Amino acid sequence: MIDFSKHAGFDLSVRTRAEKRFQWTGRLAILLSLAFLGWMMVTIIWGAIGATQSVQIAVSVDLSRVDGQAIENTRFGSIVKTGLRSQFPEVSKRADKKKLYNLVSPEGGFELARQVQKNPDLLGETALIWLTASDDLSQYYRGQMDVDLPEDQRQVSDLEIAWITDLADRGQIRTKANWGFFTNGDSREPEIAGILAALVGSALSLAVCFALSFPIGIAAATYLEEFAPLNRISDIVEVNINNLAAVPSIVFGLLGLSIFLGYFGLPRSSPLVGGMVLSLMTLPTIIIASRASLKSVPPSIKEAALALGATPVQAVFHHVFPVALPGMLTGAIIGMARALGDTAPLLMIGMVAFIVDIPKSILEPATALPVQIFLWADSPERAFSEKTSAAILALLFFLVAMNLVAILLRRKLEQRF
Amino acid sequence: MNPAPISRGIGHVMANTTLTDNKIDLHHIARPLWIDRLIVGVLAFSAGVAIIVTFGIVLSLVSETILFLNKVPLSEFLFGLDWSPQTAIRADQVGAEGSFGAIPLINGTLLISAIAMLVATPLGLASAVYLSEYASNRARDWIKPSLEILAGIPTVVYGFFAALTVAPFIRMTGGQFGLEIASESALAAGVVMGIMIVPLISSLSDDVINAVPQSLRDASFGLGATQSETVRKIILPAALPGISGALLLATSRAIGETMIVVMAAGLAANLTLNPLQAVTTVTAQIVALLTGDQEFDSAKTLSAFALGLLLFILTLCLNVAAQIIVRKYREHYD
Repeated sequence: MIDFSKHAGFDLSVRTRAEKRFQWTGRLAILLSLAFLGWMMVTIIWGAIGATQSVQIAVSVDLSRVDGQAIENTRFGSIVKTGLRSQFPEVSKRADKKKLYNLVSPEGGFELARQVQKNPDLLGETALIWLTASDDLSQYYRGQMDVDLPEDQRQVSDLEIAWITDLADRGQIRTKANWGFFTNGDSREPEIAGILAALVGSALSLAVCFALSFPIGIAAATYLEEFAPLNRISDIVEVNINNLAAVPSIVFGLLGLSIFLGYFGLPRSSPLVGGMVLSLMTLPTIIIASRASLKSVPPSIKEAALALGATPVQAVFHHVFPVALPGMLTGAIIGMARALGDTAPLLMIGMVAFIVDIPKSILEPATALPVQIFLWADSPERAFSEKTSAAILALLFFLVAMNLVAILLRRKLEQRF
Repeated sequence: MNPAPISRGIGHVMANTTLTDNKIDLHHIARPLWIDRLIVGVLAFSAGVAIIVTFGIVLSLVSETILFLNKVPLSEFLFGLDWSPQTAIRADQVGAEGSFGAIPLINGTLLISAIAMLVATPLGLASAVYLSEYASNRARDWIKPSLEILAGIPTVVYGFFAALTVAPFIRMTGGQFGLEIASESALAAGVVMGIMIVPLISSLSDDVINAVPQSLRDASFGLGATQSETVRKIILPAALPGISGALLLATSRAIGETMIVVMAAGLAANLTLNPLQAVTTVTAQIVALLTGDQEFDSAKTLSAFALGLLLFILTLCLNVAAQIIVRKYREHYD
């Protein structure tokens, strides 16, 4: 008789331990991947907290000499500066004055102009107006700056700290929910920069993308699934679509650059071209999803229609199509969600421009949300890193929303046979 | 596929059966057939758009690449060891056109992809095996979608995370062991890219493993093998073709990935295999060449298209190889 227990390969305790180890390897792999996801999400959410609040500073501005008829011609920037000087009359050196002006965001003048336009009653008197504080002041006020560093190594000097403390004591500094983040376009100044222009650009591009890829995608899928003869050409088309789905997205950007911009001369940086490029990418996704959806419709439905005298086209459009449509729409939404997150092809067609104004049509230069993230991530200011995290959360919010809509749509409209 | 030829038959004849008039008009056609033909024609054209797009890609890449090869010889592009595209300030400047040797870029691309695959393969495969062979249905129901989240996050987010969190973390950790690590190391970009690819590998392998016939498992258990022995000696070998197809697809994905390397790998064209140094990739260079100011006919701009063609061919070969392997494997069991 063979004594199995003496043979290492047959020792049951060794084998049980190997089994346990193997199971734990699998668990560990999943845990590691999910831990990475958690690390990333926590880092980004943590980083975005700073962007939810904006610091404001109250400046008493003398608006008595502003002509109500010529608000456009008034230099509100210098009014803000005068206001700051009147608060701290002891400041006389040129360099110090410059530092003083730096307490308020460089966009402060425009902000004041907008407030005056909205509320003309302010004219003719001296008023205390809340303006967005500069990046440095915000960082210091929120305690994000290392004050223990020697003075020449930190971004705020002792003098500025004295001013800020003085203003804070007088209740002239406050923090406020940063709604400007959702209502402003991009800006060189992180305290002003917002995502609205990028959001609108993304929405316009996606609209173009959907308008192009959805009809073409479902038409192609219907042909391939219902009408295409079984021959070499159909085979080639099918292999082609599968390969197209795996082409790196940047290659579609190159096509857009050379054909849409170079050959057809469409406007550079426009959501039109962005949407066209994205639609090339989403097309294979939509075709593949739509075919799966058409395939899941039981053939009996089509056969019944044919038997009752419908033409093949009628049978497909009147009877197969309505059943398959939710699945096709789901595929399209998931494809759109991927297009929303894609950056590389948009870089190729010049949607990296610095866009302050909200684009009003698909022909105007625009940027997109992921490209905005890319641009901000490149900026050295710490405040932009906060904005990047916040913009990422906004992007993820839209992705989650789109995927949820797709899931709900499928649940609600799906018919089971 | 469901071939349904359009033909004039009894199916297209509308039965005219009212109570007063009991005749059937066998020659009345419900609607003219040319409408149907037209509709099918439009549908067929839509399917042809996919072909047009492919032609468009090939055409645009090849035509610009030919222009590029008029300025820079093919041998220099494919075998040159130095990549430093410049725009000349003066026309008669020495080395005005820069040098366009793609080897450092290919090297960087393969290095980062290799790191990514080294991270993603064990994680993805182990997850797939655990999910398909060990996990309870309930665990599977929440683990699978959670892993899929990793695939749904836009790559620009990974790039941001790689550049601002992972790279400094790796640099700091390496510093503790006295290692000099570049702030834009290949390692950081590769590891993050690897995590991004995990769900791709795990879901494809999961499908393949599930397709292995139950009879093979039962036979193995019947001979007294434990579950892990069955997985290692029976299931994985049986699923190997499918898994290698999945790995090829994942590699192609890694090679074509752009934003992570643009943001985390930098632009230094070093010819090195050291993962701790900075390298650059084909995709990162395309972005660098085509963003910002450009003259359309300079060798610098055109080289981006040559790189694009290189990338397209490389990924296409990997995809086709993956499809062939997977197809062969399917024939084996069905």
